[in-house]
Amino acid sequence: MQVSVYRYNPDIDEVPVMRDMQVELPAGKDLMVLDVLELLKTQDPTISYRRSCREGVCGSDGINMNGKNGLACFTTVSQVVKRNKLILRPLPGLPVIRDLVVDMTQFYQQYEKIQPYLINNDPPPAQERLQSQQDREQLDGLYECILCACCSTACPSFWWNPDKFIGPAGLLQAYRFLADTRDTATVERLANLDDPFSVFRCRGIMNCVAVCPKGLNPTRAIGKIRSMLVQQGT
Amino acid sequence: MVTQVLSLTRSGLADFVLQRVTAVILAAYTFCVLGFFLIVPVTYVALTEYFWSAPMQIFSTLTAFSIIAHAWIGMWTIGTDYLRAAHVGGLADTLRFAYQMICLLILFVYIVWSMRLIWQF
Repeated sequence: MQVSVYRYNPDIDEVPVMRDMQVELPAGKDLMVLDVLELLKTQDPTISYRRSCREGVCGSDGINMNGKNGLACFTTVSQVVKRNKLILRPLPGLPVIRDLVVDMTQFYQQYEKIQPYLINNDPPPAQERLQSQQDREQLDGLYECILCACCSTACPSFWWNPDKFIGPAGLLQAYRFLADTRDTATVERLANLDDPFSVFRCRGIMNCVAVCPKGLNPTRAIGKIRSMLVQQGT
Repeated sequence: MVTQVLSLTRSGLADFVLQRVTAVILAAYTFCVLGFFLIVPVTYVALTEYFWSAPMQIFSTLTAFSIIAHAWIGMWTIGTDYLRAAHVGGLADTLRFAYQMICLLILFVYIVWSMRLIWQF
């Protein structure tokens, strides 16, 4: 199979290039894209990419495969390959450090803005703050996010305003704390989102939903944040 | 640097609600005008009687201002999305400001022209 890989080493290269390589895939096995990258690395040890858990938990190996963002460890070759060619690029919209490794600073800065931690100034109970099962269920579909950045880097609004638009990953987490009954900073959290960029740059095109490797729905969470803002503002 | 200084309300929520309310007004006005053209034989007398009646003058004025608000929110959003240094280089701020001024000028001309037509001055 032919694999075309985005190569860029800023210390050496003036511009990025797509480099074609050949990989022999074992017959009868549908490898993960991360396995293909490992095979490529045996041919050329200078290829750079992030990886860690190799089972869809750490979110390190988010890359763009044949035009669609996803986790390399979680995506089989047959899911993405077209005309027996696999095209691997870094996540779009973020500065490239080297090859498939991107600088996630802007992504984490947006994540930091939403204060991704429980805020509750009431005196803590002896053991822990308990929730009812119904209240806990409100967090399903939100807490599972692994911050791989596949969604935010598939979002044109994040490409255009990465310094102002929180992005789908950050907003999913923002709603995760807005929906948490133990959190008491709802008013402050919503006030921090009521500007023309943070939430309202979302145009609802749902790229984030299409690429989320965990099957989450940031667009729905953003809609709920908007509803909360409308309810609070009227 | 992109800022929210020229945003209509400087509040994402207010812009969001205003854009949807004005969209409803524009849709209602479209139905009124289309209904008129479909139901009533179009003559100069029929047109003037319909559009220069007091309720239609008020509705037309509301619609004209709705277009201004709706269009400005949309055009400001487009400008702050696409006219950025990352896309158009170092002149982005100047280009965006010029674009916004041209949009405002067109909308100003449009509202004055609309008021002249609606209120016959």
